[in-house]
Amino acid sequence: MTAPAFEARARVFGDDVNTDYIITSRRKRESLDPQVLRQYLFEELDASFAGSVEPGDVIVAGRNFGCGSAMEVAVTAVLGAGIRAVLARGFSRTYYRNAVNNGLLPLIGDTGRIAEGDHLMVEPGLVRNVSTGESIVTEPLPAIMLDIVGEGGLVAYFRKYGRFQVTGR
Amino acid sequence: MPGKTISEKILSAKSGVDARAGDVVVCRADYALGTDGSTPMALDYFAAMGGERVHGPGRMVFALDHYAPAPSRATAVLHQRMREFAGRHGIPLYDVGEGIGHQLIVESGRALPGGLVVGADSHSVTYGALNCFGTGIGSSDLAAILMSGEIWLRIPESIRVNLTGRLPDGVYPKDAALELARRLGADGATYRAIEFAGDGVAWLDLEDRLVLSNLTVEMGAKAGMFPADERTFAYLEGRASTPFEPVHPDPDASYCREISIALDGLAPLVALPHLVDRVEPVHCAAGTPVQMVYLGTCTGGRVRDFHQARDILKAAGGVAPGVQLVVTPASREVLDALARDGTLAEFIGMGAVIGTPGCGSCCGTCGAIPGDGVNVISTANRNFKGRMGNGSASIYLASPASCAAAAARGAITDPREIGS
Repeated sequence: MTAPAFEARARVFGDDVNTDYIITSRRKRESLDPQVLRQYLFEELDASFAGSVEPGDVIVAGRNFGCGSAMEVAVTAVLGAGIRAVLARGFSRTYYRNAVNNGLLPLIGDTGRIAEGDHLMVEPGLVRNVSTGESIVTEPLPAIMLDIVGEGGLVAYFRKYGRFQVTGR
Repeated sequence: MPGKTISEKILSAKSGVDARAGDVVVCRADYALGTDGSTPMALDYFAAMGGERVHGPGRMVFALDHYAPAPSRATAVLHQRMREFAGRHGIPLYDVGEGIGHQLIVESGRALPGGLVVGADSHSVTYGALNCFGTGIGSSDLAAILMSGEIWLRIPESIRVNLTGRLPDGVYPKDAALELARRLGADGATYRAIEFAGDGVAWLDLEDRLVLSNLTVEMGAKAGMFPADERTFAYLEGRASTPFEPVHPDPDASYCREISIALDGLAPLVALPHLVDRVEPVHCAAGTPVQMVYLGTCTGGRVRDFHQARDILKAAGGVAPGVQLVVTPASREVLDALARDGTLAEFIGMGAVIGTPGCGSCCGTCGAIPGDGVNVISTANRNFKGRMGNGSASIYLASPASCAAAAARGAITDPREIGS
């Protein structure tokens, strides 16, 4: 992956943030537009979040981020708010897959010492916490996911190849 | 080389590659399910990918289950769009009222031993009850299947869960599933497949196994599979869509973890708000008042579940004042069976609200919504805050019998106190 490093502000959540907490199932009944859904981001956890989120924020979470429903609006609504990455101790497999398919960078690493509002430098493989001076090594993506991210997501990948290309690890 | 797990065997067969846990393979899915919750987005991705012709429309299944019946104009329009697309491309579609997609995949004999069925819905793990590798995907991966018929999958490591003994009276498969959630935790099986094994399996009939497989995604599992046996074959008699070949793990297959659950030592359990793995014995929560009781979903909406609940309610003398009992069969076939055997009339006689077969109240997208501060006890699989459409309600998860006992007393109750 060749994505350049970018600056970000940490928005911190805890463990087991399920997709209904990211965007409740009932919101997607009326619209699938990320610009509509972003108004309700994390409303069950923090009613003020949608009003305070800014482009350049990244989500920082604990274990099992995106558990529960496989609904993909939980990724597109996050992207709609200008968030480009989620850094977590772990992801549900469906959220991880959906994130990659849409170009939202899912980074797995030890998030325990990142605080709300910390200034981060994010790049694949490494997150530097400028506020504390710490560095966090993140896990590599499987090769096929790197290819999908490299193309800019699954839509671009399929426009180019028309089907999945790779076997191996 | 050690032998192979069920996952390694099925995904090797479906990819044509002799593969092991950790390998990434491109597989041809036998069937793929899209619901009204996930398909509209998939159609957007399909169009953006340049899709024109659907690859293998006969292998696709659309189900209108999350908004059944449509609670708004916007959802009705989503349904119209799915019907139009399905009609144009020759994709089988189950319309509103037919039931939950997962139940329909099972009833229609599409989930078969040794098969691979994916669904754009997390509870696609349910198909594991039939020795089928069933797993959930998102809308973009569903679009990829519409384009190519294929999906890439990383072959998961497997956790072996040995079930021993037989469930005692008053204890049900849901209790065993909640015990598994308690033991593994909400991410204890993430990226992994669960394989059920042990002498306890033989005591569980197909409907029991569906409950256990269904709940495995609440521990993060990619699949939750049972061996195939006479009970599997009996269920599939007259249903199987094609011939099939059961897949057994090799005796020397490699597992990343093994745990045992003694079914004969279990007691009724309940998951407390708002986490599925926050599990306690029902008696610890006994006395908690409930105002709404929900019987239904792809976990607890089958004939056997309603019979168990009905028996408890009849033994206890019906529904307590102040409790709303909502009954939502998982499918029309279930509703029809309940109508024919008189169970439906009994529920109606007890004042139950009967919902349209489908996902109903489970995720707050249609059906009855709990009021502010209401305690709900449900046969569903998720109790997240706001899950049923009101963030101030509290959701408890339990077996149909425990839910019925709560409905009868107006408070959480150990169903063994009532008997049948």
